[in-house]
Amino acid sequence: MIDVLIVGGGGAGLRAAIAVAETDPSLRVAVVSKVYPMRSHTVSAEGGAAAVIGAGDTLDEHCYDTISGGDWLCDQDAVEAFVSEAPKELIQLEHWGCPWSRESDGRVAVRPFGGMKKMRTWYAADKTGFHLLHTLFQTTLKYQDIIRYDEWYVTKLVVDDGRVHGVVAVEIRTGRVETIPARTVVLATGGCGKVFPFTTNAAIKTGDGMALAYREGAPLKDMEFVQYHPTGLPFTGILITEAARAEGGWLINKDGYRYLQDYDLGSPTPTPKLRSMELGPRDRLSQAFVHEQEKGRTVDTPYGPVVYLDLRHLGESKIDARIPFVRELCRSYQNLDPATDLIPVRPVAHYMMGGVHTDIDGATPIAGLFAAGETACVSINGANRLGSNSLPEILVFGRRAGIAAAAFARSHAGQAEASAVRAQGADERRRLERVRGGGGHGERIADLRERMQHTLEGAAGIYRAGDVLTKAVDTLADLGERAQEARVDDSSTAFNTELISLQELHAMLEIARTVVACALNRQESRGAHQRTDFTARDDETYLAHSLVHRAPDGSPSVGLLPVTITRWPPGERVYGRD
Amino acid sequence: MKTRDEVTPGGYRPRRDAFWFARSRAYTVFVLRELTSVFVAWTVVFLLLLVDAVLGGSLPEFAALAARPWMIALNVLALAATCFHAITFLNLAPRATVVRLDGYRLPAWLIQGGNHSLWLAVSAVVAFFVLRGFQ
Amino acid sequence: MTDTTEAVRRASTRTIRVEVSRYRPGEDAEPVFQEYEVPLMADWAVLDGLNYIKDRLDGSLSFRWSCRMGVCGSCGMNVNGEPRLTCGTFLSEYGEGPVRIEPLKGFPVIRDLVVDIDDFLAKLSSVRPWLIREGEEPPLTAEYAQTPEQLEAYKQYSMCINCLLCYSACPVYVLDPDFLGPAAIALAQRYNLDSRDMGDRFDVLNLEDSVWGCTFVGECTSACPKHVDPAEAIQRYKLTAALRSVLPWSRR
Repeated sequence: MIDVLIVGGGGAGLRAAIAVAETDPSLRVAVVSKVYPMRSHTVSAEGGAAAVIGAGDTLDEHCYDTISGGDWLCDQDAVEAFVSEAPKELIQLEHWGCPWSRESDGRVAVRPFGGMKKMRTWYAADKTGFHLLHTLFQTTLKYQDIIRYDEWYVTKLVVDDGRVHGVVAVEIRTGRVETIPARTVVLATGGCGKVFPFTTNAAIKTGDGMALAYREGAPLKDMEFVQYHPTGLPFTGILITEAARAEGGWLINKDGYRYLQDYDLGSPTPTPKLRSMELGPRDRLSQAFVHEQEKGRTVDTPYGPVVYLDLRHLGESKIDARIPFVRELCRSYQNLDPATDLIPVRPVAHYMMGGVHTDIDGATPIAGLFAAGETACVSINGANRLGSNSLPEILVFGRRAGIAAAAFARSHAGQAEASAVRAQGADERRRLERVRGGGGHGERIADLRERMQHTLEGAAGIYRAGDVLTKAVDTLADLGERAQEARVDDSSTAFNTELISLQELHAMLEIARTVVACALNRQESRGAHQRTDFTARDDETYLAHSLVHRAPDGSPSVGLLPVTITRWPPGERVYGRD
Repeated sequence: MKTRDEVTPGGYRPRRDAFWFARSRAYTVFVLRELTSVFVAWTVVFLLLLVDAVLGGSLPEFAALAARPWMIALNVLALAATCFHAITFLNLAPRATVVRLDGYRLPAWLIQGGNHSLWLAVSAVVAFFVLRGFQ
Repeated sequence: MTDTTEAVRRASTRTIRVEVSRYRPGEDAEPVFQEYEVPLMADWAVLDGLNYIKDRLDGSLSFRWSCRMGVCGSCGMNVNGEPRLTCGTFLSEYGEGPVRIEPLKGFPVIRDLVVDIDDFLAKLSSVRPWLIREGEEPPLTAEYAQTPEQLEAYKQYSMCINCLLCYSACPVYVLDPDFLGPAAIALAQRYNLDSRDMGDRFDVLNLEDSVWGCTFVGECTSACPKHVDPAEAIQRYKLTAALRSVLPWSRR
């Protein structure tokens, strides 16, 4: 019997595992991950991690930046807890060996970042997520008692009588389906960027954890808030970090004009100015791109319209010192050198602000079920996440969820109702074996996936409209049914990736339907959710989270939940104006 | 952290490749370089024979042996191989000895240059004594 | 990334032949090659070709991949005889083709292009790849000081993405699976050379199957996509270990 079973081996999952191991070494903790933990998508984070450290900065300022950046949809008690614990977490990572970039006197260095009024973003060159994940993974190797299920894919949560009792998972290597009983489960599977066709997210980001919880009755929250990052490489969607702009990069249109000055983001200065121009928040920058496109001031490429990110004036040595990965990516994947060439970029789906509804300790409404990281919505990100808040988020809330789960496991030591658990496990095994045993003969998984992705991009992209969303509701429901009959070529048990792809498609379709349903329900524009038919923010009705449950017929049912306001009453988001 | 104990499924284990060095040019060059150490060994043996001849008073016979064409050919080959071995060895030295002065990493060419200069200097000293002995 | 159906439809009819090593346990006694015709798109990496096969031609092909930006380390394979990250290797590099894709050499094959890397993970654990400190852990109020120069001393070795191309390129590892291998030793050195580390890894590094097993072929360094230079890490530790054997008081 596992005490704390963590699904997902990225930053949040590993931080939770260490928290449990350190809190109570007598507890049995396991990490179940569909990839080896060091392959997790945390590895791709580039720019940095925000935490107040320097003199001249205060916790309140970080709170205000986060809350105004999130267009007042953040729960302010959660933001306060997050901001006050973030510095400790980053120092903890330092004590575990993370190679943070340094000042010449040996202190940790910080850089500016979008939407932040002070320099508070810690960084490890521009591979912050990579170093953070490998530091965490290598540190977990020290804890001999943490059990790892590498390359196991969880297909179902076992929930009985409102309480979680474990998971059903496939060992990908052998195809064996096993029920793993556990007193608590922590979901830390990351985001769901793959519901969109053009995304920075890795192939594994299919919203598994969100779908697992949602299917068992836990509500998802704020699913309409999808962050588009303004600077992705065309075709691949590879992210060019915000740090490139923090170090002084400019966004220019086809005329070489720094167009952000036309969108209430301040006026251009030669060196970067905090909370201004290129250091504005991501939602506003991505929206500005759409307007440039409408004005015909973008450049057409085979992979859609682009603007340019200009780093040439930074010079080779600064680029190599501060953002070497940007140069490496441009050279290897775009065949250009940012020291001498302009980088073509366009907005790209990047981050899900929404997720499994949790309280400040990561607890969901299902007893014993916790969630942390991008999978969860606490919420500290509100309607738009600020760059460099997500890495400290996975640490702060990964740890909190781990500690809360450990406490729950200790106080609920009893055995589960074995027969109910066994029955659910057996049903799930039969379902998976049926799929593998020749399964359906309908459409290809890839065709259905592409249909879903295009439907979502058309309906729930940077700008949304009610009539398009309404159509998308039906299209996605239809795709959901067709996916039940999807064609499966692979009937073998060993490393059957097609079986996993199909489960991922089912998960993504569940998520996609909640995104559209929430977007349709929210008749206002706020942060990353912009309605062309309701262009103003409406605090009267919608200063509230969307809470979406799965109805018995599988359709999403959306309600509202008030936002927690402590000290920062809703106001105007001001960027570039002092 | 430990992985969950599990039955390792069959899997395919490729046979060990006895001719691995033929698989790529880089491997072949590597093996050829390693083979030059045979000539280095011969050079040492030849030197010991010389010392033995000097001490045992059989220098004329040894000189006659050394003057034979096949022996000259062998020694020219051995000289070339030994030089190749020594040069490549000294060129690789910066990889094992990373020298930092005041945080600045000494560039490879400086270490290599130092090694080769030292080698030439030692050779010059040896040559000076040996050649003076013949006068 | 952008989906490809539309682009492929518009593209010319130029294709490239891809020969993929298939191994299905229970069905194949040993790997066999299967040929596919894949559109030769200018921007396509080898990985895009494999995804085209999986999505459009044969859903039963198995391989690992994830980030598609050369940092997760999943998609290492043998491409025309060389270990490469398939996300960063372009199809157009191989002209008219064919391109032959095999699993990484030196590892047992689980299925098609998927190899068993558990051996590496055990080896990684064995070198204690974490920061070792003595005494009480200080409170979480201040970081350990480390100057940019001290960071530079180990930074390069911290860039390892565990893609295992170096193991596949190493003839020593391919002949002797007990050899600790390039990445594990480089990561041990990553901590040895970290000014904050107080540990000692002499017991696991100064062994016949560890640094002394290395014959300095140097192929690990040539194969490394992240310029970690594991060959250098190993030779440096040979010197360290040799000095320690002669001068017992010298450390690291």
